[in-house]
Amino acid sequence: MSADVKLEDVWIRFGEFVAAREVNIHIQEGEFFSFLGPSGCGKTTLLRAVSGFLSPSEGKVLIGGNDMAGIGPNKRPTALIFQNLALFPLMKVWENIAFALEVKGVGKAERRKRADELLELIALPDQGDKMVNELSGGQKQRVAIARALAAEPDVLLLDEPLSALDLKLRQHMRTELREIQQRVGITFIYITHDQGEALTMSDHVAVMSQGVIEQVSDGNTIYNAPESSFVASFVGENNHFAGTVTHVDSDFVVVDTPSGSLRARNIKRDGQEQLQSGDEAMVFIRPESLQFCDNQSFDNTLNAMVERQEFEGNFWHVFLDVEGSSRTVSLSMVNDGSSVVHEVGTSAKIGCNAALAVALPAGSLAAE
Amino acid sequence: MSSYWQDYFKKNGLALGLFMLLAVLIWTLVMIILPQLYMMDFSFRANVPPPQWGSETHVYTLEHYRYLIYGNVNSTDAINYIDLGVFGRTILASIFVTLIDVCLCYPVAYYLAHVAKGGWGRLMVMSLIIPFWVNELLRAFAFKVMFGTGGVINDVLIALGILDQPYDFIRENTALYSGLVYAYILLMIFPIYNAVESLDKNQIEAARDMGSPWWRIHWRVVIPHAKPGITSGCTMVFMLTAGALAAPQILGGPSSLWFTQLVYKWFNNSANWARGSAYALVLLILCIVFVLLMMRFFKVKLGEIAK
Repeated sequence: MSADVKLEDVWIRFGEFVAAREVNIHIQEGEFFSFLGPSGCGKTTLLRAVSGFLSPSEGKVLIGGNDMAGIGPNKRPTALIFQNLALFPLMKVWENIAFALEVKGVGKAERRKRADELLELIALPDQGDKMVNELSGGQKQRVAIARALAAEPDVLLLDEPLSALDLKLRQHMRTELREIQQRVGITFIYITHDQGEALTMSDHVAVMSQGVIEQVSDGNTIYNAPESSFVASFVGENNHFAGTVTHVDSDFVVVDTPSGSLRARNIKRDGQEQLQSGDEAMVFIRPESLQFCDNQSFDNTLNAMVERQEFEGNFWHVFLDVEGSSRTVSLSMVNDGSSVVHEVGTSAKIGCNAALAVALPAGSLAAE
Repeated sequence: MSSYWQDYFKKNGLALGLFMLLAVLIWTLVMIILPQLYMMDFSFRANVPPPQWGSETHVYTLEHYRYLIYGNVNSTDAINYIDLGVFGRTILASIFVTLIDVCLCYPVAYYLAHVAKGGWGRLMVMSLIIPFWVNELLRAFAFKVMFGTGGVINDVLIALGILDQPYDFIRENTALYSGLVYAYILLMIFPIYNAVESLDKNQIEAARDMGSPWWRIHWRVVIPHAKPGITSGCTMVFMLTAGALAAPQILGGPSSLWFTQLVYKWFNNSANWARGSAYALVLLILCIVFVLLMMRFFKVKLGEIAK
């Protein structure tokens, strides 16, 4: 069984502090949904409201169409995986996994059988009789998932469960989590501050900042068509140029910035163009969208001087001092085997086409 | 070995190193081992007046232990029913007092550790500690007055219509058990508090999230985690209750003797230090054996209770 989750006008306040502000989200049945945001943005608070450890100050939480008001975490069709996993260290692995069944009064033999099946599912057969602390980080991670799945929840909630793992394992677990989700077919709600995790695993991502949902979309749209300056600056690397809109035509605007006039996409929000002539705006251009002009021509060109370059194997990262901008602008290009193209200290023209530049109303940016 | 001492003094410095060494040595040797050795030696010797101690009449004998088990030589009973009965009752009553203390203190300790926040928690701890500034004797006599037939408890129960005539709490040992339960309550609360407090709150929430009712959370998650603390509290309360003297003396009913009162009687009233030592030693050793057996039964290691 799987269920959809609906947050309707949810506000969560702690005294004066507002942790969630007018949140409206509909998470579809069976999808992998992520809340992405910096720490303290309210994403864990929202998750606790869904799991029932916290009740919203205003608004409703509906799971499978049922209002969850007054229903405690032990009665909700959700299972939560904690950031520190919270496995029971004094129980054996299989007892951990079978805990939810023990609560339901399932007999010991049946519990053991079910635990073994789940151990099979998470590729840890024959580990049931070990103690939790005898397992490695990644194994504990999988046991936590199995323990949550044993409760047969309609919705699985995951609170940054991969943050304690090292990079390689984290990347591996992403794939594995996604696979498990597709196998069991229930709704996963995943909390993370790691955009890589959110973008690779999710069907939909909600980007949050200071208690407000900034954008809900699939990963591709979040990355390529961010709807607010926060999303543009938080998800992925981005260069930004502030200025004033001087011209609007169809889906594009021209923004006058100290570095020159830049033509960029006018990103819609709720079906509405956001920028009008005269508005304060910010143009965002991703490092990989910028190129050295050499002999090509682009919609937007910038005069720059090479400040520094870094070699990262598959990529060259070039940092440039751009005329009219106090900020260092970064440019990434695929390593095609050629050696350093531009010496440090030389001036160069860089550019990008309007389709790869995004113009948004000036607003708060993610902290760096 | 000498390099160990060199390292020890290099690490701690001469002054601190010597202080720690002497303090531990004096503590264990002078305070613990020597007095017990004295008592042990006494318990195996004939009871002679102090001037003859060490003389030829101060011979080694098992008569005091024999007395505890078989009673007076002229007694017709097979064993010393009276003293052994007192012993058994003391142990049972101590177990009872310990169990009541656990039942009372576990919820309080849990509340303090995981529910009470900030000022409220501190206030609770203060109101637990401050009453213990009142000395033991004063407290025991106050209990005696309070539980007496004309005491406030009887007055209230009669006023409420629960009793028609005063109930003799002293004779029925209610006052004694209440006094003992109360006397060692802190020694139970704090070890349990320490143990419970170190439990990750997420584990409680995880159990709850998986549908567990509150009692199962305690049974499967909190209590197993707090077991060393509970054991530590139980051993202390049990030992001290079994060895209590003031409370049984003052609050005990006329028909119920505490084993320590027998010990006291031999030392003091009968001036039989040898027999008193033998009784005290038996109490000590059997209590230790009992505690170790219980720890084995509940699968707690000695090292764990020191955590």
